[in-house]
Amino acid sequence: MNRYSVFSIARNAVNYHKDWGRAWRSPEPKPAYDAVIVGAGGHGLATAYYLAKEHKLTNIAVVEKGWLGGGNTGRNTTIIRSNYLQDASIAIYELARSLYEDLSQELNFNIMFSPRGLLMLCQTEHELRAMKRTSHANRLAGLDCRMILPAEVKQLVPIINDDPGARYPILGAYYQPRGGTARHDAVAWGYARGADAMGVDIIQNCEVTGIRRDGAKVTGIETTRGFISTPKIGVVVAGHTSLIMQMAGVNMPIESVCLQALVSEPIKPIIDVVVMANTVHGYMSQSDKGELVIGGGADPYNNYSQRGSFPSLEHTITALVETFPVISRLRMLRQWAGIVDMTGDRSPIISKTDVEGLYVNGGWGTGGFKTIPGSGFVFADTMANDRPHPIAEPFGLNRFVEGRLIDESVAAAVAH
Amino acid sequence: MLVINCPVCGVEGEEGDFHYGGQAHIRRPATTDPDSISDAEQRDYLFMRHNPKGLHFERWRCDRGCGKWFHAARDTMSLEFKAYYPITELPPLELMKAATGPWAEFFKDKIAAAEAKPGGRRKR
Repeated sequence: MNRYSVFSIARNAVNYHKDWGRAWRSPEPKPAYDAVIVGAGGHGLATAYYLAKEHKLTNIAVVEKGWLGGGNTGRNTTIIRSNYLQDASIAIYELARSLYEDLSQELNFNIMFSPRGLLMLCQTEHELRAMKRTSHANRLAGLDCRMILPAEVKQLVPIINDDPGARYPILGAYYQPRGGTARHDAVAWGYARGADAMGVDIIQNCEVTGIRRDGAKVTGIETTRGFISTPKIGVVVAGHTSLIMQMAGVNMPIESVCLQALVSEPIKPIIDVVVMANTVHGYMSQSDKGELVIGGGADPYNNYSQRGSFPSLEHTITALVETFPVISRLRMLRQWAGIVDMTGDRSPIISKTDVEGLYVNGGWGTGGFKTIPGSGFVFADTMANDRPHPIAEPFGLNRFVEGRLIDESVAAAVAH
Repeated sequence: MLVINCPVCGVEGEEGDFHYGGQAHIRRPATTDPDSISDAEQRDYLFMRHNPKGLHFERWRCDRGCGKWFHAARDTMSLEFKAYYPITELPPLELMKAATGPWAEFFKDKIAAAEAKPGGRRKR
């Protein structure tokens, strides 16, 4: 691996930057690996990275049906926060957020982590109460978050509509100063480069068509590039979790729906924090290029098409124009959609299964990006040691049998 | 955007005029004999979903029309509606046969029953 530094830039400048090596290889699949990760998104690549780094498992592969980072990792709105309500959620989301803090140094790849601060607006009395409850839960867990008054909200976000007579007035906000954003593609690329350097094979354009079982344990995967033998399979495929798991005969408590996002034309800096307005279903931040990055709620019905519907977009835009009247004349540049896998309690599944050697990490719904480092870390540990990592344990599949749900649908129904 | 036809009142509307009710043909196992239901069966009822990529069977409600629930068969990839049918009935036979994955499993005995008694009403 070429280490990136000011010296390598100087060295390569001598050759007019013609000799930079590729960031990762494109190897042919080997007939057998010690473990195979299905899905080269952020979570899958992070899992491979930590398997190689923390558990010295380097004879592993990541197979991807398209190109790496081309699914939801490249389709989200890049928001990072950890101010969830339940203890189990706080543990994993805060682990991820803290790993993001020095991930650029860890990976020697600039992921552009920007802890610019994140506000969750309180626009009804009920929301204010719910947020106070969350703030106390977070305070007990030692998170750096606090409730702020409308005057401070206006100070942090000068473009916000603070008219007390508004339909949904600003009554306060829940503020996480170390929340923020990161460059989503760079996270996937950084982990891919790091994993590849330790010998992990990242095999793109290789779709899984079947999972081969010998009784109660897995023996390998059928792919469009042939059979790959392996005793351990980690399924990390976001929206297609149900379909891949059904190949191994495992049903999942998941429904796949479509989540949209859009960006405006680039403008001068007007907002330097992330603002989420959960009551009216919209959230917004400004990218380094100046585009406003906007997201909202998911479409209600099952959908694998990666095409969203206009009513959801209209709903999001209506909410944001009400909250930030100044953006009403902005033109929108792009709109896109990703397929997210929703669980009943809106919390993820990181679990062993009844099939020996089959592990699943999915159900992240609308909030997977922010957890990439933490999810990869605990899932790698789970796969390597064949038992759930303590932080992953509450997210096991058995919680649906035991009724031990981790209910985050109130805390994170829309924005994530 | 989906354009939906209500089979009860016959009105055509956009998706915002209707309410999505999730997967169809789910029966509450605890209705007749709650004591005999295992935790796994209760989980299947509450959380497990077929989630197919392709033909799906689901419930919709005619929110801004007659207010009645009905069933629909829809493709989750093309988003095309294949059929609308009453809330008390099973899908048309040819769609039950076209189903894949867990839905095919679910319809197996129902197809056999429908073929054994042609012309009969397909009660769910």
